[in-house]
Amino acid sequence: MTDQQTANSDNKLYEYLLMLGDNSMILGHRLSELCGHGPTLETDIALTNMSLDLFGQVRSYFQLAAKVKGGESTEDSIAFLRYERDYRNTLLVEQPNTHFGYVIGRQFLFDAFHFPLLQQLQKSKNTDIAAIAHKSIKESAYHLRFSSEWVKRLGAGTAESHEKMQEAINHLFPFTNEFFVESNIEREMKEAGIGADLKLVEEQFTQKVEQVLADATMEYKELKPRMAQGKQGLHSEQLGFILSNFQYMQRAYPNMQW
Amino acid sequence: MKKEEWPIWEVFIRSKNGLEHRHVGSLHAADATMAIENARDVYTRRQEGVSIWVIESKHITASNPENSGELYEPAKDKVYRHPTFYELPIELKHI
Amino acid sequence: MDNVKNLEDQFQARIDAGEKIEPKDWMPEKYRKTHIRQISQHAHSEVVGMLPEGNWITRAPSLKRKCTLLAKVQDEAGHGLYLYSAAETLGISRDEMYEQLHTGKAKYSSIFNYPTLSWADMGTIGWLVDGAAIINQVMLTRTSFGPYARAMVRICKEESFHQRQGYEILLILCNGTAVQKEMAQDALNRFWWPSLMMFGPPDDQSPNTAQSVKWKIKRKTNDELRQRFVDITVPQAEVLGLTIPDPDLKWNEERGHYDFGEIDWTEFWQVVKGNGPCNKERLKAKVEAWDNGEWVRDAAMAYAEKKNAQLTKAI
Repeated sequence: MTDQQTANSDNKLYEYLLMLGDNSMILGHRLSELCGHGPTLETDIALTNMSLDLFGQVRSYFQLAAKVKGGESTEDSIAFLRYERDYRNTLLVEQPNTHFGYVIGRQFLFDAFHFPLLQQLQKSKNTDIAAIAHKSIKESAYHLRFSSEWVKRLGAGTAESHEKMQEAINHLFPFTNEFFVESNIEREMKEAGIGADLKLVEEQFTQKVEQVLADATMEYKELKPRMAQGKQGLHSEQLGFILSNFQYMQRAYPNMQW
Repeated sequence: MKKEEWPIWEVFIRSKNGLEHRHVGSLHAADATMAIENARDVYTRRQEGVSIWVIESKHITASNPENSGELYEPAKDKVYRHPTFYELPIELKHI
Repeated sequence: MDNVKNLEDQFQARIDAGEKIEPKDWMPEKYRKTHIRQISQHAHSEVVGMLPEGNWITRAPSLKRKCTLLAKVQDEAGHGLYLYSAAETLGISRDEMYEQLHTGKAKYSSIFNYPTLSWADMGTIGWLVDGAAIINQVMLTRTSFGPYARAMVRICKEESFHQRQGYEILLILCNGTAVQKEMAQDALNRFWWPSLMMFGPPDDQSPNTAQSVKWKIKRKTNDELRQRFVDITVPQAEVLGLTIPDPDLKWNEERGHYDFGEIDWTEFWQVVKGNGPCNKERLKAKVEAWDNGEWVRDAAMAYAEKKNAQLTKAI
């Protein structure tokens, strides 16, 4: 490869790592907002564990991304110092904690996507990504188990919880389509044997969602996909507020060690 | 409306294979699946375990401390149950 | 009457002999009540204590700091849980304890009614507040009530990283830019006196101390513990290069301790009575979380009952 080609492919790998890391990061952030405000101490502890798992993944992805990008970049410069349009997470994960049904619904729909995604990434030709996926998949398997159980509890619990869970699904499910609309980067990464084949991920996602949401007595099949291009950096109005919190220290006190 | 509290569960953890499960504490959970998950999140955050048992506290029958005398003291004078009760020559090996 | 007196003497003799008291053992009603009160207050302090630090989780300045802060606040939830469990063995439910907290009937450590205004507060809370708590808690690992002592052993083991992570935050700030050092000094200025108040009123105004010492809930008095805290902390501030905001602070060669200035007990009682800077907000956050979670807790119970009914039917 020429230098130019190497630079190009590094750049694509970098972008792909952002997509992977940003999903975990923004979801981890949403969960971290809840710490101390959950329905029981036990659920507080559980949700914080998930947030910690996700931030652990973020650190691995961004340490790798910093290596790929080279220069002065670090896990923190990548996490904290991009502009809003440079974040590559899907819109689902930035949806707010409107109530606990939204927290659980968002988690479940993400986990149902994330788990089969990691299954494929374990086989990535990029051994660093494969190693991260190998470690993360155990966490993701647990998250999926946890969120599936809770979707069922809320969906099939009381009349009130059923209604609230349904309301959350109505809002959240339409964002899941974005997971499977392959971007150029994702296509190239797939073709290079580095990234996942989203078609295969989608099959497993559909199966899992069907099974769990049926048990949870949730209706979702009539819901229409929403326009969503988070992977291209077009976000909901939520992200700006998330970042103003998330980036606050790094922006207010630039170039310092913490 | 005042509803029912999630029941209390007792948690037992095996810290590694080869050791017995030990009581580590309790927590609240609505059902057994949740109790296992909560126990994992509450009591094994620092790799404290490889296996978890949970049991709803109400299913445990405990002895009454008021009966301690009759329950445990009769064992006190049965010293012949302990190996040190038997005096053998020091030269003797492997016994 | 004589009978009860006799039981109480035997009970005290057991404690004096270093025996632990377990939940089903006979105990004086006052011992039970005092323990329910103290353990639940301790538990409330852990869970309310999550709020001032939780305030900075979303704004932590680096991924590493975010993870350690999350893990620390999570530990506090765990510690609250261990303590509520210990209190529950005495026949009070967690719901009842929450009720007492939410209605303002139960107290919690007054330090958590102060606001966290900068990132340096995360360091200062870890260093001073956890430092003060550890002094109390190490003492409590040897208290007479078994479940309380066991909870404290677990808590002390887990907390050892809390104070270190706090001090490390400050160390980096104090070796950083002028702005960072100023941030650290400002945090110390705000948290120093409230930290000293954490040990409670002076001995001559602490009527329960004698009884607590008898039951080994306390092994040292408030003033002794406070002195120990000051003696330990002053050299640590020197390592950081920070100034403790007390002009009267100086080493007393004769006593072998630091002398320190008068604590403003009016402020302490103001905060205890609910008029501190954040009492209302802290309580409101806990009440809201509880009320908003009610439908979730009910759903989980209803679901469990349905599952049980299905299972019974299947059999």
